[in-house]
Amino acid sequence: MSAVLDHHDHAHDHEHHAPSGWRRWVFATNHKDIGTLYLLFSFAMLMFGGVLALGIRAELFQPGLQLVNPELFNQLTTMHGLIMVFGAIMPAFVGFANWMIPLQIGAADMAFARMNNFSFWLMIPAGLMLGSSFFMPGGAPAAGWTLYAPLTLQMGPSMDAGIFALHILGASSIMGSINIIVTILNMRAPGMTLMKMPMFVWTWLITAYLLIAVMPVLAGAITMTLTDRHFGTSFFNPAGGGDPVMYQHIFWFFGHPEVYIMILPAFGIISQILPAFSRKRLFGYASMVYATGSIAILSFVVWAHHMFTTGMPVTGQLFFMYSTMLIAVPTGVKVFNWIATMWKGSMTFETPMLFSVGFIFVFTMGGFTGLILSVAPVDVQLQDTYYVVAHFHYVLVAGSLFAMFAGFYYWVPKWTGVMYNETRGKIHFWWTLISFNITFFPMHFLGLAGMPRRYADYPMQFADFNALASVGAFAFGFAQVYFFVFVVLPTMRGQGEKAPAKPWEAAEGLEWEVPSPAPFHTFETPPKLDATATKVIA
Amino acid sequence: MNESNNMAQGLKCAQALSKSVRHTALSLSVKASAWLAMAGTSLSSAAAELNLPGGPQVYQLNLPMPATQIAAEQNWLHWAMMIICLVIFIAVFSVMFYSMWKHRKSVGHKAANFHESTTVEIAWTIVPFLIVIGMALMATKLLVAQKDTSNADLTIKATGIQWKWGYEYIKGEGEGIAFVSTLDASHRALSNAGGPKKGEVVSDYLLKVDQPLVVPVNQKIRIITTANDVIHAFAVPQFGIKQDAIPGFVRDTWFKAEKTGDFYGQCQELCGKEHAYMPIHVKVVTAEQYSEWTKAKFKEAAAKADDPSKVWVQADLMARGEKVFAANCVACHQATGKAVGPIKALDGSAVVLADDHLLQTNILLNGAANGAMPAWKQLSDTEIAAVITYTKNNWSNKTGQLVQPAQVLAARK
Repeated sequence: MSAVLDHHDHAHDHEHHAPSGWRRWVFATNHKDIGTLYLLFSFAMLMFGGVLALGIRAELFQPGLQLVNPELFNQLTTMHGLIMVFGAIMPAFVGFANWMIPLQIGAADMAFARMNNFSFWLMIPAGLMLGSSFFMPGGAPAAGWTLYAPLTLQMGPSMDAGIFALHILGASSIMGSINIIVTILNMRAPGMTLMKMPMFVWTWLITAYLLIAVMPVLAGAITMTLTDRHFGTSFFNPAGGGDPVMYQHIFWFFGHPEVYIMILPAFGIISQILPAFSRKRLFGYASMVYATGSIAILSFVVWAHHMFTTGMPVTGQLFFMYSTMLIAVPTGVKVFNWIATMWKGSMTFETPMLFSVGFIFVFTMGGFTGLILSVAPVDVQLQDTYYVVAHFHYVLVAGSLFAMFAGFYYWVPKWTGVMYNETRGKIHFWWTLISFNITFFPMHFLGLAGMPRRYADYPMQFADFNALASVGAFAFGFAQVYFFVFVVLPTMRGQGEKAPAKPWEAAEGLEWEVPSPAPFHTFETPPKLDATATKVIA
Repeated sequence: MNESNNMAQGLKCAQALSKSVRHTALSLSVKASAWLAMAGTSLSSAAAELNLPGGPQVYQLNLPMPATQIAAEQNWLHWAMMIICLVIFIAVFSVMFYSMWKHRKSVGHKAANFHESTTVEIAWTIVPFLIVIGMALMATKLLVAQKDTSNADLTIKATGIQWKWGYEYIKGEGEGIAFVSTLDASHRALSNAGGPKKGEVVSDYLLKVDQPLVVPVNQKIRIITTANDVIHAFAVPQFGIKQDAIPGFVRDTWFKAEKTGDFYGQCQELCGKEHAYMPIHVKVVTAEQYSEWTKAKFKEAAAKADDPSKVWVQADLMARGEKVFAANCVACHQATGKAVGPIKALDGSAVVLADDHLLQTNILLNGAANGAMPAWKQLSDTEIAAVITYTKNNWSNKTGQLVQPAQVLAARK
């Protein structure tokens, strides 16, 4: 243990290196503190985006307009999307990365501690700017989270606020990614070769490259929108000879890799938890790494499957249909590897494992609907319907969010030093899983029957499935309030059973080599690792 | 019953397709769709009453009954994909749940030690790859067929306008017919009022238009799409078509309806606040009925054509202007003329009150605010003159000014 703590005892450590009060957070350079800030920020945004979603579902509970007018409805759908993608899912994974990557590779901290602070604190003004756009003249942006031109050119001043907020969030993401890449490539403990890295670190390394590659593309697209709006350019404005479809190409060149940015770290978390609770090593570690890489590379050549109804030439449609279908292969490999990991294991089903198994089951449904959507002739029926809404919530909520819940339950003993309440965790899991499916499963039927997305009101035939989805959505929302009040808060307050350094019998990795809660400073001198790079010797 | 009728029609169009296994599979898929639709509708009789032939069904679980060969093949392809996916899903998760049941610590199972197998890993890369190639082959032929818009009997241009559809018959019988199709105003009002009351059955709620698009049965109709302002999408699920209507660009799609009747669709690309209120209603009629309709339409157009040199009196212009306003302007500027949000109010507006009518006329002809106020040049000189006169003399605006059609004509470039 002395190597781990580097001869500092905890109290001494705290006194000299850890500022207290507000300075601790505002001037934070410690990866654990910044990780905590990221996680709290993203949870707040999850709640905000969730309230917007409940506004949508309340309006759609029955046909006719009861609660909001169509303008506000479009603002709700747009802001729900933007906040969930850029404010909740992406920062939450960065929070996990901040907390876990240095611990998992035996590094003392992130490579650029002050830039780390900056990338977090940039998110606050961006979040405020985005949120306050509701109070600007004309209300919040209402052109959909995809911000398609030329509808964006008709929006009020809040669109500019939205664009600047996205610029700032993008800058924050790029800095975060640079930090993660440099940390992983340069700061691994001796003996931690690339092919011995934990899967979470691997998936984040690949994700960080994706982020650096595509966030500037988004920045370019929205900057062109901005100059079209104010400086008389006509990149996308057809009235001046611009091309609205070009916007979609640029946006989705960012947008599709973005989808994998939001799911690859989830794959990493699941790949860590399954072996721990199956008491068996991850099956096919190398092929998992290659599959992640393949998914990342393929994600750059599939973007136009979001645009099958724009009227692409038939050859273009064929290309994007084939390349999209190909992604099913590496994704399939991952699912098979996970199941092979469980096969002949010695499984127990604590909450992290429940969320992981739930993830595999429900995420795979989203994967299959993705395969069906990739078939261009069928997609013509389903494009822009509720089928698409169902599909991406199956991969983003049942995918990314479930994986984050799994990761929270898995690592929270390390973060706080106390065990969460297992019964409450299980209640949270079942409540979430069931209400999720009540909300989103009927949307497949609505989409097949042709109900378009982003509709404030709809024909009466769609009423019952919409009512069901709305009931499910509120149940899902309350499940997350329950999670925060009865699971997160007690652990943050240190209420609960004291957690040992390694609370999970068969968990592997360097994070379990330090005490729980993880001391403020860890691995200040590089640890000596055993041959598998999962244990500290000395 | 609509369902049995639909089924018979569906089977008929299935028979028009290729023979052999594909044929059987297709008719089976249509049968299965019909069964699903019936299973849904038999849940309650009130539900059956609400079902809209050619539109959505209550508790509809699958793609709609096809009315074209392309839509029938899409249904077949969707079924084929569903079956493949379900088989894989059940196989994979049977293994997982079996393992979760048998390989638990609580039943005393000891963990094995294997963690890789090159053979297995290569196998489960190659097998899915082959399955995916099979799926791609099935889809390719249909994709090529549905993109083939050549040799159309009738070409119609559909223009997406915030928030209505403009139709122009460009080539073929009825060439020259042009009209705008708008959601029935009572439905829009009903939506604002909180929707249909409990027990009230409005089967075409938000789907009813003032003038449907009329086309002949069994003829290849090419739809050319474009838009005036932002992107819209022209979609009719039962025909298996959906094509974005993009301003500044022309795109096309086609259908050949195999049965007569009414078919409904809705705009499918977010186009602003009234996105949910620009439905598509296609009426498929026999060739004879279609010929009659075109004749009637031509007569109507001739009778309606206004002479732009006619000099109008204020009362007539006001009456005409009120109608034009209700059909085109009220969605944004509101009946009160006060507008909401970023939209400019007309009541008390400096532009409307100005002595020089050209300020307002030019905005109507060319649009303003980057297209947030669209150009209305597709309206006739008389209509524009009438609506300007109306706004200049309505609400608190009492300018007493009259704008005559000839002045609008002169203002056009």
